[in-house]
Amino acid sequence: MSTAHDWRGVAAESQDDFTDRVSLLLRDRSRRLLSSLLRPHRRTLAVVLAVVLVENAARLAIPYLVKVGIDSGIPPMQAGAGSRVLLTVTGVVLVTVLVQAVARQAFLTISGQVGQRVLLELRRRLFRHFQRLSPAFHDRYTSGRVISRMTSDVEAIDEMLDTGFDGLVNAALTLVGTAVLLLVLDLELGLVALGSFPLLLWLSAWFRRESASAYRRTRESVAAVIVHFVETMTGIRAVQAFRREARNEEIFDQVNDDYRLANMRAFRLVGLFMPGIKLIGNVTIAITLVVGAYRAFDGAVSVGVLAAFLIYLRQFFEPMQEISQFYNTFQSAGAALEKLSGVLEEEPDVAEPTVAVPLRDAHGAVRFERVGFCYVEDRPVLRALELDVPAGQTLALVGATGAGKTTVATLMARFYDPTRGRVLLDGIDLRDLSEADLRNAVVLVTQENFVFAGTIADNIRFGRPDATDAEVRAAAEAIGADTFIADLPEGYRTPVESRGGRLSAGQRQLVAFARAFLADPAVLILDEATSSLDVPSERLVQRAMHTILAERTAIIIAHRLSTVEIADRVLVLEDGAVVEDGSPAELVATGGGRYAGLHDAWLESLV
Amino acid sequence: MPPRTVTAPHSAVADPSRRRAGTSLWRLRGYLAPYVGSLVVMALSAVGAVAVALAIPLVIRAIIDGPITNGDRSGIWPLGLLALVLGVVEAALILLRRWVQASAVLGLETALRSDLYATLNSLPMAFHSRWQSGQLLSRVTIDLSTIRRFSGFGVLFLVINVVQLVATVAVMLHLYWPLGLVVAVAAVPIIWLSRSFEHRYVVVSRRVQDQQGDVASQVEESALGMRVIRSFGRRDLAFDKYDREASRLFDSSVDKVRLSARFWTFLEIIPNVALALVLLLGAIAAGNESLSPGTLVAFITLMLSLVWPVAALGVILSMAQEAMTAADRVVEVLDTAPAIVGGTRVLERPRGHLRFEGVGFTFPDADRPLLHGVDLDVAPGETVAVVGATGSGKTTLTALVPRLHDVTAGRITVDGVDVRELTLPCLRRVVATAFEEPTLFSMSARENVTLGRPDASEADVREALEVAQAGFVHDLPWGLDTRIGEQGMSLSGGQRQRLALARAVLARPRILVLDDTLSALDVHTEALVETALRAVLRDATGIVVAHRASTVLLADRVALLAGGTITSVGRHSELLATVPAYRELLSADADLAGAAEVA
Repeated sequence: MSTAHDWRGVAAESQDDFTDRVSLLLRDRSRRLLSSLLRPHRRTLAVVLAVVLVENAARLAIPYLVKVGIDSGIPPMQAGAGSRVLLTVTGVVLVTVLVQAVARQAFLTISGQVGQRVLLELRRRLFRHFQRLSPAFHDRYTSGRVISRMTSDVEAIDEMLDTGFDGLVNAALTLVGTAVLLLVLDLELGLVALGSFPLLLWLSAWFRRESASAYRRTRESVAAVIVHFVETMTGIRAVQAFRREARNEEIFDQVNDDYRLANMRAFRLVGLFMPGIKLIGNVTIAITLVVGAYRAFDGAVSVGVLAAFLIYLRQFFEPMQEISQFYNTFQSAGAALEKLSGVLEEEPDVAEPTVAVPLRDAHGAVRFERVGFCYVEDRPVLRALELDVPAGQTLALVGATGAGKTTVATLMARFYDPTRGRVLLDGIDLRDLSEADLRNAVVLVTQENFVFAGTIADNIRFGRPDATDAEVRAAAEAIGADTFIADLPEGYRTPVESRGGRLSAGQRQLVAFARAFLADPAVLILDEATSSLDVPSERLVQRAMHTILAERTAIIIAHRLSTVEIADRVLVLEDGAVVEDGSPAELVATGGGRYAGLHDAWLESLV
Repeated sequence: MPPRTVTAPHSAVADPSRRRAGTSLWRLRGYLAPYVGSLVVMALSAVGAVAVALAIPLVIRAIIDGPITNGDRSGIWPLGLLALVLGVVEAALILLRRWVQASAVLGLETALRSDLYATLNSLPMAFHSRWQSGQLLSRVTIDLSTIRRFSGFGVLFLVINVVQLVATVAVMLHLYWPLGLVVAVAAVPIIWLSRSFEHRYVVVSRRVQDQQGDVASQVEESALGMRVIRSFGRRDLAFDKYDREASRLFDSSVDKVRLSARFWTFLEIIPNVALALVLLLGAIAAGNESLSPGTLVAFITLMLSLVWPVAALGVILSMAQEAMTAADRVVEVLDTAPAIVGGTRVLERPRGHLRFEGVGFTFPDADRPLLHGVDLDVAPGETVAVVGATGSGKTTLTALVPRLHDVTAGRITVDGVDVRELTLPCLRRVVATAFEEPTLFSMSARENVTLGRPDASEADVREALEVAQAGFVHDLPWGLDTRIGEQGMSLSGGQRQRLALARAVLARPRILVLDDTLSALDVHTEALVETALRAVLRDATGIVVAHRASTVLLADRVALLAGGTITSVGRHSELLATVPAYRELLSADADLAGAAEVA
């Protein structure tokens, strides 16, 4: 196994083996989730319960009626007393069958609908929750796992609802009902038949224990398959350009085979359990037959009772056997539920305030008060940053890679919370603002410009969903994106293909820029938002920025000094601290400083 | 697998109605070939188990009609023992079947998944930009497990249950034909109903599967675009989009529930009605003494042993339908012929002489060509910068060289050989690209960097990292072994670009393509990288996509891309002096003027 995973490199791994206490805790957590999902359907579930009881009563009554038919129907006919009893019994059987049918269909329909409703609710909750969790969580958890939680885990639960639920309910009710009926029919014979119970329980307990861990492994390994698959497909260009196919297939074969082995173990467990139940059932039938025959000699048991007994035993073990089929789905659903409940209990570390300070029309005054921040403990990126940006100012952050520029931007957008100190907008701590107010006031545009499936217009309108077509167009024109959009086959209505494959990086930046412009925030943060533009486009954007940024606060991070030059003020950061602060002209004029040096280097590069 | 042939642009979503039901599934049978032995064992043990299960009620009849009726106590033991032995044998046969089955069906699933993955790996960019990866993912996971479930459990029980049905009815007919006939007649509506159910079920089930794919696409999009969604506070918008798909899936799933509820109920009711009739007629016959009590009990036991197989038949039939649609969806992908396949020639000692001859390119669904009549000759060791406005086709032009896309007119040659005649591994060994948007995988930093040359030595890796100024890797918690990308350390845009550059440099290509690779670097780092790159580019042929004068200076010559073709080629200073469009695009003067204005 050691060579198998070398390619992955080292990272903190999720814990695989659980102690008893932890697994108890996990089960508890799953149960809480389940009950919170089911609670709104209490009434319907009560109806379902009533219906399923009727159905099972009807089902269990049939063998008893057969016994009555044989024991009381046949003798009168043999005695020539007519077939009235037999006809009555047959009639009752038919009515019972009808009742069973109606109840069964009602049960399947209602429980199926409730199941789908629960599933929809679960899907909704998960989606909302993942969106609520902080970027720090997503850095850790990664999109591949998010996708795997929301697809394959939810589908595992779907499958359980689809096939397992019905089976388990019936098996449980049949188990109890049959046991009671057997004892009522003939106590002695009933006790013999029920002698198999302890064995049955032991086998089930063993299966339950073993398969719980087997299915957890199955789900872990399928997640690895999904992660690798999604990564390959999203990065297919690099895969092909660097002839990664063969090595990738090797790796995929590995994770795929891990998944196969995990499945194999689960399958083999079922492969032992099912025949095990069958064996117990068959042995019990044989013993009951012999004991029953002896009791028939003594006249203690009639042929009808013996027949009913054999039928009941059959009904008893058949569903027990099938349980293992549902048990697969139950176990995987249980494992999935464990994971989902874990995710749902994850609290966003950038939490929304319970009581928010309202912010109506933000002015855009920004303050960093002794802000300290570290991504990894004991490796501070910022120590005690003091920064005061009056409303309307355009501030440029300059500094070498790793100086903490992006950190300032992400803290301002509250993607993270500072580990020390506080970030204020119009004098209010960002942690006291509601998500809606904060996002209305502050927009961050980064260099990763995700383009959503849909049209160009949809993508720009993402900045303000209620914008009219004219407003969308105006935004695109303002930043000079209209020319390339006009050249697209359907203009604004051109669908961007999956992951914006057809827009160039520069075009995507223009779309992202138009999107931000349309959103019209009081504070606009641009983190390398124009890095892929060609010079004329950048010049257009820069010209537009003069007007766009005039009445709002802006924080600009750019490597190109041409963009920096439009700022009112420049901060040079080094190792998370401000080393120079002033207008671009001042900083150049003083000379000898870091910014002056950058400026000279830039002038040279323009030759 | 059939030999791959080059075809014209291929429609991705084949019309499903064109396929005959089940043909796709049948085509996958080859994947079971290695398990023929296992399949035989499975079938034999299954048939054996049916025979044993059939024999047990007959033993019961023998006990009732024999020892019990005659009061022969000693006769019970041999028959009881027989019942016991039969029971043990049945369990053993089931154990055998399941044990063998596990490896066969999981082998099938795993092999099929590997093949799908390999096929997807070889399909060109054009395919991947058309298909959402959520749709592909649902094929690799859900569809494959559906096929696995059917090919193991489904097929087997379809056969076993039919065999058991026929055999049991035959035994019943033999025991007492009028009753047997009643049971046989009861089977007719089941078969008739199953067929009509099938047709409706296939529609609903395909819809559910497709919508699961749509939901998955939404999930994927929201997961990948999480930061943008957050930055704009558009959680509700994203949720609404997702919720629309999820609600549609809900509606279809409820339709499916209704349909199958009706069907399953019907399947259970028929045997019970038959049971009532058997009881009535059987009891009458027993009253006339034309039927022994033992036979009646055996009859009812046999009858009841049919309830489960018949009801399960419904599940299996719906499983079969799902498996068929799943197979259609899988075969759809497997059948997509890769539009880009390698040739047969290999360059033993590539010199890196790159020529574009009248190259044109049109996206499959576009009505106008993006590029046309591109002519460019890059001598071995020479570096040419490609300059053009945003969206002018620079990236596409560079993607044509390693055949991530294929030219639609003209040709590209390396050392005089059309790139389409070269094998893909050879071509892509000759050409390496550092993309502007670097793709890093959740693997160790080393594995990411050595992507193009897995056998690179430690010194080579160190050197490439040095060129790309990516020394920061050594400071990561586990150095080069640190997992980065999706599941590991997150890196800044500049760091990612530098790793991607190191990757391209390490591949030591004859032709190095730098697609605006330095855009996210700060001026200092950029200057350092450029100095180092100059040395690399001395030995290799280079194509450099550039926005900035400083990057252009890496090149010996510059090609200006405008209006979809190369309008001028020359030295930077020449073009600056003579081509107004070039000046507009790259002029330092304009930039300086802008700077001066502010200053």
